[in-house]
Amino acid sequence: MSLPFATAYPLKRARAHEVCGDGGLAFAAITAGQAPGAVVWISERWRPVVNPEGLAPYCDPGKLLVTRTDSQLNALASAETALRSGAVGLVVAEITGPIGLTEGRRLQLAAETGGTTALLMIPNGGGSNAAETRWHCTGTSPQNAPRQNDHDSTHWQWSLIKNKIGTLSEWVVRWDAAARRVIVVSEAGG
Amino acid sequence: MQRRVVSLWFPRLAAERSLRANPVDAPFALTLFDRNSERIHDLCPRAEGTGLNRGMTLVHARSFCPGLLTRPADPKADQRFLRLLARWATRYCPWVGFDGRDGLFLDITGSAHLMGGEEPLLDDMRARLARAGLSARLGLASTPGTAWALARFAEGIAQPGENLARIGRLPLAALRLADQTCTSLERLGIATVSELYNLPRATVARRYDPEVLRRLDQALGAIPEQISPLKEDLSFAVRMTLPEPIGLVDDVMAGAERLIGHLCEQLDAAQKGARSLKLTFRRVDQEGQSVELRLARSMRDGDRILALFERGVSAVDAGYGIDMIRLEATQVEELGPRQLTPSQTLEKDSLADLITQLGNRIGLENIQRFAPVDSHIPERSFKLVPAAYSMPVRSWPNRRPRPLRLFPPEPITGSGSRPPGRFRWRGRALTTLTAEGPERITPAWWEGDDDWTRGLRDYWRVATGQGQRLWLFHTPQNPGWYVQGEFG
Repeated sequence: MSLPFATAYPLKRARAHEVCGDGGLAFAAITAGQAPGAVVWISERWRPVVNPEGLAPYCDPGKLLVTRTDSQLNALASAETALRSGAVGLVVAEITGPIGLTEGRRLQLAAETGGTTALLMIPNGGGSNAAETRWHCTGTSPQNAPRQNDHDSTHWQWSLIKNKIGTLSEWVVRWDAAARRVIVVSEAGG
Repeated sequence: MQRRVVSLWFPRLAAERSLRANPVDAPFALTLFDRNSERIHDLCPRAEGTGLNRGMTLVHARSFCPGLLTRPADPKADQRFLRLLARWATRYCPWVGFDGRDGLFLDITGSAHLMGGEEPLLDDMRARLARAGLSARLGLASTPGTAWALARFAEGIAQPGENLARIGRLPLAALRLADQTCTSLERLGIATVSELYNLPRATVARRYDPEVLRRLDQALGAIPEQISPLKEDLSFAVRMTLPEPIGLVDDVMAGAERLIGHLCEQLDAAQKGARSLKLTFRRVDQEGQSVELRLARSMRDGDRILALFERGVSAVDAGYGIDMIRLEATQVEELGPRQLTPSQTLEKDSLADLITQLGNRIGLENIQRFAPVDSHIPERSFKLVPAAYSMPVRSWPNRRPRPLRLFPPEPITGSGSRPPGRFRWRGRALTTLTAEGPERITPAWWEGDDDWTRGLRDYWRVATGQGQRLWLFHTPQNPGWYVQGEFG
């Protein structure tokens, strides 16, 4: 039996989620666009910052607070502070190294305390066991997916590869720019 | 009310300042390197008695007075000292201004009676300065010019209307005229102020620069003269000395809470908000430690400031205990009263507090916002500005599709003007499924950007069979293929 998309996405509030894969950036951008209030986007200083021009179709770049840190430790600490304060709707943290269960759990607790959702962008195969869900996102070519009328839409395959409270599944989705929402093209998984 | 002005002149300010700090029992002088030699800047009466004077070279002075003790002069410290004296002088009246490098003007209009009259006021001033080891010359008159002349040449008080009578006999230098002008007038046989006053004004004005008559009129009160008061030195600082040392975080926070309460009252009264604060602890062993707090928005809300200090205070090493706490607002901004609307204000405040908290860990300038820049060059189309000093952008301009992440161009192998069918990028073999383009972007030659030396770029949006969506460009003027971004 397949998991309905609506139960998995939008992400559960006040929890820590993880996303990996080539399409993870778009996933984060869309999630940031749906979040209420401001969004704290944390990345390490050596990485190129997310491009606001590319972000604009998914999320208003004005609501981002771009936080640049000098180390992953400070990135995690900043994420925890931001989550705990409850002043923002979403905290996105780009994590480049492995994180342990302790860090993951601390973020989870901070998210619960502040009532803020956390989204960690992790490298493939990374992440911690404390996460509520973990998503793997890649682009799929329109050839693989059923053809759509609108030619400009890009399709992603969003796979739920870890889910604490339900089954795993995967969907092919696309972004509807006019409605500013994610539309499921096909339910690939089961 | 008749204006009354005191001119206070310290004839030996520099020498006496140095002697106050470190007295000596010998002829004493301060030297300053000027016009290619060490010269006497200031000296004590004993040295003057041996025939020395200001401006004499040190070598010359030593030949007159072999036992002369000298120290280097510090004109900047003298100015600071004069500023201190000006602050001291506000005990007599609120309006004190500088007069050159070694004098003060006090506008005592209406405040002389507080000291029991003008004569007692001058006596009190003279006594206190003498006790401090400073020689001072005092003049009191209804204009700064006359007071100045009296202080320099004939100490005393000139009653209103007596100006000319009191300064008439004084030499022309009492009018604050340049030496050259005085000499020139003296050559004509004009030696005193009253002689100058008796000359026909028209001839003086024609013969000399207007300064001569201006100074004369100022001294006699015919034209007004301003005394610029000192700028009010606003400083917001409070401190607390403890009878017994404390060390627990809770105790220290309780102390800080009291100080913050007082400081916020001060700020409230002045309608200012603190932008950065410094909390200094002095330990029993005289070590000092301080916690700095830079705020994302100016504020004077005690509870919120206290909560933000918590992290810094817990990191302080109390050692054997802390016996003094000092809190200073090192940077303040205007902050008028504002209306409290519960929902909006709370949300904004909590965001500002978050920026402060993050800023205290990673630096306030590392929390930034995007701001659009009007440029067609993709990597120049935005900039990052510190969030603490900017407002969010209301609407973002709608431009052509751009990748979610831009990076410096990474070369790939490929030839021809259409994207290569297969290529390697970041160690992965990729195949091109679809390509949309080209979009031609020409370099901004006026920017002189090194990345754009290869000329025009034809950009393609390429979807690969492996799931990436990349932004490739081809440089037709200097053939080559590069990856510059990914759409995610």
